[in-house]
Amino acid sequence: MTELEKTALYDLHRSLGAKAIPFAGYEMPVNYPLGIMKEHLYCRKSAGLFDVSHMGQLVISSNTQSMQFIASELEKLLPIDVLGLSEDRQRYGFLPNKEGGIIDDLMISNRGDHYFVVINASRKEIDFKYLRENISKEIDVDLIKTRALIAIQGPQSEKILSCQIGELSSLTYLDVKNFLYKGETIWVSRSGYTGQDGFEISLPNSLCEVFCKNLLEQDGIEPIGLGARDTLRLECGLCLYGQDLNETITPIEAGLKWAIQKVRRAGGEREGGFVGQKKILKQIEEQPYFKREAFFPDGKAPLRSGTKLFSDDKGKNEIGMITSGGYSPSLERPISMGYLNHNKFNVDEPIFGEVRNKFFSVTLTKLPFVPTSFKRN
Amino acid sequence: MKFTEEHEWLEPDGDTVKVGITEYAAEQLGDIVFIELPDVGTSVTKGQEIVVIESVKAASDILAPLDGEIIEINNAIVDDPSMVNNDPTGEAWFFKMSLKNQGDLAGLMSEDEYKKHIE
Repeated sequence: MTELEKTALYDLHRSLGAKAIPFAGYEMPVNYPLGIMKEHLYCRKSAGLFDVSHMGQLVISSNTQSMQFIASELEKLLPIDVLGLSEDRQRYGFLPNKEGGIIDDLMISNRGDHYFVVINASRKEIDFKYLRENISKEIDVDLIKTRALIAIQGPQSEKILSCQIGELSSLTYLDVKNFLYKGETIWVSRSGYTGQDGFEISLPNSLCEVFCKNLLEQDGIEPIGLGARDTLRLECGLCLYGQDLNETITPIEAGLKWAIQKVRRAGGEREGGFVGQKKILKQIEEQPYFKREAFFPDGKAPLRSGTKLFSDDKGKNEIGMITSGGYSPSLERPISMGYLNHNKFNVDEPIFGEVRNKFFSVTLTKLPFVPTSFKRN
Repeated sequence: MKFTEEHEWLEPDGDTVKVGITEYAAEQLGDIVFIELPDVGTSVTKGQEIVVIESVKAASDILAPLDGEIIEINNAIVDDPSMVNNDPTGEAWFFKMSLKNQGDLAGLMSEDEYKKHIE
């Protein structure tokens, strides 16, 4: 077995009493002594600090070509508006394959002289290789290992973080800005994956521990593990790559049409021209029959990833599958997301999930389970 | 009180035993959100999966500690699974069972042996 990688916060996690698990090749904290439930509720109410250094950080730049050239090259791979992404703004996107499935989902920022892209931990090497092989040789793609990535999420994030790095009120959702901390540049974006207001910070590995220790000394912030990160994102209906997204599911099936700006859709100024365009543009017009849905299990039993769904309680007519599910600490009930094949059943039919050879009824509902609270203008 | 390697405690009371999970097990499981208990009258054999416990994180099973029959279950923990995190060796017992062979109890661990087991 290959040794697990450690993030720059490994020692801090241990000193905070974290319970560690292997995740995407890293030893990561699943929870701290507070436990998943209390960590989740604390983040919703006040603020939480997350180590997300296992995620990939890419810098895409060129010594010879303009940002416009890089953006045009990226638009051949990403079905989103990269050319229209203003300096110091960030947006969500994904890399489709030729069949329209998703190689990875990501966040991309325009940093003036380069693009900064955050990708999933489990997909770093795949994305890097794919980009390197499919983008102009005049463009440099660097997977940086010298910087850590942390997130501060929750309603008290701005107050707590501004005590340490200065005024943040001018930043709104998906703005990006550089700050100085102990003489080094840190990259701050008003973003995150909990559905709440918050910030993500890329900073040199060497500064990460002291930065986090100083944050944790303030009132109103607790360290949060991957366990609560998962329940927080699920409540807000955010997809987890490898569960809710994969190479056989298209962004339209996944309900991510909103991320494909009109300029790239049929009739748009820069219509198509990206990998997987045929399937994706067709599905935008026609509505797929296979799509991501939200479910409330009717009983108390959580229906988790991998649970098969049927339109009967005998397991005869399989109609879909749960891809993420668990207990919602905010709603104090189980919640699930998954995919339904609408060709195989009518929406007025009952739905049952099979767990341990038993059939539990579920009710279709709408995402998100818990409303988001981003700081928009 | 007797203990199993699967972190259950057994408290003998005449011909029957009361069964629950240890503090160590409750802590390892984390926040418990769902429990499914067997029906009263179920005959069980040692090692059989008879209880489902779900924490926020994951599902796990509890195995029958010995051969016997379920004679009473604690529905209070089904209504409020967090009881198991708060008082695993007291109020939050799981079930009572009659034993097929009373002598089987002797094969389980004492409290000292269990403490060594989890060290």
